[in-house]
Amino acid sequence: MKKKVLVIGVIGADVHAVGNRILYHAFTEAGFEVINLGVMVSQEEYIAAAIESAADAIVVSSLYGQGELDCRGMREKCDEAGLKGIPLVVGGNIVIGKQKFEDVEKRFKAMGFDRAFPPGTTPETTIEALRELLGMEEEA
Amino acid sequence: MKPVLLIDFGSTYTKVTAVDVEQGVLLGTADSYTTVESDIGEGLNNALAKLHSKTGELEYQARYACSSAAGGLKMITSGLVPELTAEAARQASLGAGAKVLKVFSFQLTEDDLEEIRAIRPDIFLLVGGTDGGNTECILHNARMLASIDFDFPVIIAGNRTAARECERILAGHEVHVTENVMPKFGVLNIEPARKKIREIFLGRIIRAKGLSKAAEVISGILMPTPSAVMKAMRLLAEGCEGEEGIGDLIAVDVGGATTDIYSMADGMPQDASTVYKGLPEPYDKRTVEGDIGMRYSVRGIVDAAGITRISRLSGLKPARCEELIGLISSSTDMIPEPGSDLEKLDFALASMAIETAVARHAGTMEETYTLMGLTYVQSGKDLRQVRQVIVTGGSLIRTSRTGEIAAHALASAANPMSLRPLKADIRVDRKYILAAMGLLSEYYPVTALRLMKKELEYDGYSEQTNS
Repeated sequence: MKKKVLVIGVIGADVHAVGNRILYHAFTEAGFEVINLGVMVSQEEYIAAAIESAADAIVVSSLYGQGELDCRGMREKCDEAGLKGIPLVVGGNIVIGKQKFEDVEKRFKAMGFDRAFPPGTTPETTIEALRELLGMEEEA
Repeated sequence: MKPVLLIDFGSTYTKVTAVDVEQGVLLGTADSYTTVESDIGEGLNNALAKLHSKTGELEYQARYACSSAAGGLKMITSGLVPELTAEAARQASLGAGAKVLKVFSFQLTEDDLEEIRAIRPDIFLLVGGTDGGNTECILHNARMLASIDFDFPVIIAGNRTAARECERILAGHEVHVTENVMPKFGVLNIEPARKKIREIFLGRIIRAKGLSKAAEVISGILMPTPSAVMKAMRLLAEGCEGEEGIGDLIAVDVGGATTDIYSMADGMPQDASTVYKGLPEPYDKRTVEGDIGMRYSVRGIVDAAGITRISRLSGLKPARCEELIGLISSSTDMIPEPGSDLEKLDFALASMAIETAVARHAGTMEETYTLMGLTYVQSGKDLRQVRQVIVTGGSLIRTSRTGEIAAHALASAANPMSLRPLKADIRVDRKYILAAMGLLSEYYPVTALRLMKKELEYDGYSEQTNS
């Protein structure tokens, strides 16, 4: 069976590279084919990579608090580019300040993200969510 | 041992170079005006007569040739995303010495098909999708191509999952399948496609270009001329067993219609604080600026540099510049008299041609402030540490101000984000031997390399800094 393809990277002007490497290894270990775009990734780069590789999902990381601005309009751009319905997942320190995560999650969902994860989420949680999103539960 | 003859069938000139491979000596060079329409053999005979009048009658053990006659190797490519597989296809074609007339991305349309039919390329390179990735686009494009009448060969170098199906769709045509130009995301794999292009050029294009008569008198290796130059530059940079190269380099060929740039350098970020963006570029990269040339494309130089700079560099009034530019763009065979206004103008034009073409070839650096401080974002090749610049082309060979013109290839304070060499030795190909040396290197690399080191250094070795 063909491996599911994930496009991952850290969005915006964010250069936090460590978590990105950890996710790359964790997702690969979990049986995904991972295209890692590294740090300072623009929306267009995720989308271009997802088109060429026929990716099954895009996983966006943001660690520097500007995630909400950086992610705005991404779903619409995916639609424009022909990636209609591609699962979008976001996690990290995606907003600044003390906010209730339920509110944050609601806002990201309204922006078209399928899942949003708070700080401190383990890779295992994300992997499980991805398996569910991509309908892989039977094989797991 | 008898000498070797190296022939370059150009679109307007046939150039011949005789080399004594045993002694490692350049016996002589000559050229003759030719057109494919007249007869390519005639041009060769005239050039040989000229050569032999200088060297005396010679008998050759082998005759090798390259060709850019009849418009060179015309190619069209189609890929998926413009910056990704479509760019990889363009790089592969340019690297094989082709003239890339059109790069399509995403799905071909009926209008695109009209264009393809009108251009009638020598080879079509069909790519798209990483291995196991998108198949929809390349299959669509294969079907679109199959819907029109065409007689050019198609190379399929896209997603391997779709390769065989594309071949079936295009059944009845000459189809070649090779490895994907981008097998994994961000990984460039253009050598197999390049090799396939050169094979087809050998087997098929020679006949189509009226070169078969010439093929009878030569012993082998017909390749596109830019491909021969590329080989020569790679050898000069890297060296070979028995002879060291000169290290990373940039070569510039300013022609009448186009300007070719070659760089032999890795060009990846030099320190950890720099983030690289975009598709990695090949170590041996070639670009062609179709709008930058000394005669046919003189308008492109003016558009890029502006008449003010050309006027300032040449020391001529803008109106006089305009007048002369009008003249040379129609009388394309004009060669300046020493001390003439045209010579001054040509100096400015060649300088701006080099500056524009090298700036487009080289990468750029962007400064970005992040929450972690200043970060550098690099796209394209970082050529700042390249220390060798080789220049060729009529306007640089004929002038005595080669070094001054060539210095425009270097980094400048006016455009600090352009990653061009900070300083470099300038070498001139005064005898126009680069393509010949590329051909010679197929069988006698050490001789070719030694000859280049000698002949390129011989005229105008200087260090330039352009700050």
